[in-house]
Amino acid sequence: MPDTLSTDSAEVERLLLEVTTSRSRRVRNRLATIWMWGALIVAIIPLAFVIAYVVLKGGAQLSADWFTQDLPTISRKAGGGMGPAIVGTLLITGAATVMAVPLGVLGAIYLNEFGGKGRLASLIRFMADVMTGVPSIVMGLFIYTVWTLTFGLSGFGGALALGCLMLPIVIRSTEEMLRLVPDELRHGSYALGNRKWRTIMTVVLPAAIGGIVSGIMLAIARAAGETAPLIFTIGAARSLNLNLFEGPMTALSVQIFGNAQTPFPAAQDRAWGAALTLVGIVFVFTVLARVVSSRFALKHA
Amino acid sequence: MASLPTDELDPDSGPVGGKGHALLSVGRAAGRGDRVFRGVALAAGLLVLAILAMIAVSTTKEAWPAFQQEGLSFIFSDDWVPSEGKFGALAFIYGTLLVSVIALVLAVPVSLGIALFTNEAAPRRLRTTVVYVVDLLAAIPSVVYGLWGILVLAPAIQPFYDKVGNAVGDWPVLGWFFGGQASGRSFMTAGIILAIMITPIITSLSREVIATVPRTQREAAYGMGATRWEMIRSAVLPWSRGGITGSVMLGLGRAMGETIAVALVIGSNPQITTHLFSPGDAMAAVIANQFGEATGTFRAALIGLGVVLFAVTIVVNVSARSLVSRFDRKLAGT
Repeated sequence: MPDTLSTDSAEVERLLLEVTTSRSRRVRNRLATIWMWGALIVAIIPLAFVIAYVVLKGGAQLSADWFTQDLPTISRKAGGGMGPAIVGTLLITGAATVMAVPLGVLGAIYLNEFGGKGRLASLIRFMADVMTGVPSIVMGLFIYTVWTLTFGLSGFGGALALGCLMLPIVIRSTEEMLRLVPDELRHGSYALGNRKWRTIMTVVLPAAIGGIVSGIMLAIARAAGETAPLIFTIGAARSLNLNLFEGPMTALSVQIFGNAQTPFPAAQDRAWGAALTLVGIVFVFTVLARVVSSRFALKHA
Repeated sequence: MASLPTDELDPDSGPVGGKGHALLSVGRAAGRGDRVFRGVALAAGLLVLAILAMIAVSTTKEAWPAFQQEGLSFIFSDDWVPSEGKFGALAFIYGTLLVSVIALVLAVPVSLGIALFTNEAAPRRLRTTVVYVVDLLAAIPSVVYGLWGILVLAPAIQPFYDKVGNAVGDWPVLGWFFGGQASGRSFMTAGIILAIMITPIITSLSREVIATVPRTQREAAYGMGATRWEMIRSAVLPWSRGGITGSVMLGLGRAMGETIAVALVIGSNPQITTHLFSPGDAMAAVIANQFGEATGTFRAALIGLGVVLFAVTIVVNVSARSLVSRFDRKLAGT
């Protein structure tokens, strides 16, 4: 098909290379291309395996009982459900969101609308970046020392730890979105006689809301999958506990961790089921983030 | 709005100290709302600094009995016998470093390859798909990788370890690394799982860094007759070296702090050995595995491991962030 030659840029590139460059240079270029494609394939293989196992092994566990029943008292026997863990994950992550989001958005407002390039704002911005790198288990130990030692195991302790992990993520992603709001909008609002706080609340935040919500969703997705901050702070309940402030709770991630370590097939199956449920929850928030960010995207040139 | 020139989006010319605002704060009452709002926002920002300071203080305080008892041997001794009250954490520190290095050795070539692929080699249509796949890799919780690691990867990979061990176990240099008792749950398996987990971070950060290479530089290289690989080596890599180093260090920080996946697959057998296929243990992993049964000095020692981990990751992250942010400035200047 000679007429397709002119439109196939890869083919043109290959032919050009062949006539203009020496063999060793061509070989090196080819090797680099193979490396890049190979890297992609190497990364996809484990992803495909993990997803396939989680869906196949976990899918076999799902039933009406799975979502509603309490955990079995003897974990090596089949039966029971994951109800308390599903509720626990949702409640604890929800409480963490309620704490981290307002504080994170306010912090971002300070950084972008008040602090700007100042020294204090730069320090906070830098330390927020550093804080995203604090290991989640350290956050768990921190909450253990300042909360759990005094008030005992509770869902709220876990929520505090997850909230601490979410805070810097919310701050930095929100600040990025506020940066994209054009100054003309702010100036227009000032010209109408609005104060700065009013301008921020009624003009700047609504303009950036899509990106902010999308960043929050990603932070929620990350927090929901965390295990290490929960194992010393929420305990290990087997039955439903709806009270965040009193008594131990449990969560999907904690159940996966516990059940994966046992040699019993029934418990391992339960871990796969919990993994599928957790991946499902995380996936929903990730997709929501994408939908929100594309639907409410700030249109800029 | 759609026709705004992009340089108007620069926050530095932005609302901070804007003249329009200064004109408005004429009346004293008018400024009060702004001052309160600013104060509340500032308090939220300062919370970041407060939390970091509180982490350092409260964990160090709880770990103090162990630090006091062990002194420097907490870090320099590998004698860890909780039942006899001996807490030398060297084997755990060694394990954390070893699995992180394995993870970096495996993950960096792959991540860099994907980052270059998306920016330089991928057909336009494939580009968004690749970004999406990498994001998906990052979205899977670490405990799920750990579950897959302990139930699927560890049993499946043990025969392979045995084969490699039998083949080269007696050789001089290779024997140090691949000899010894092979186990499915080992330093190597933990390193592989960690590599899968840090690949998305290194990939997406270095992808962003590489995307800042000016078009003119690429075209200049092509204009000189460079092949794609020569263009990458002469234009892309020199420009983005600092940023890529920073993103690799952020990956290192994540690898060192990763807990649950490592706790499941490392084998929980603290030892200092060069044998990669042998079971070991790591700082974060031992905290997760033993905290439940720990009391008194034992618990203090585990919290002390957390303090060491916190200090190390802070150092790694601060250096990584300063590398990356220096790069941001370069980016802002263009």
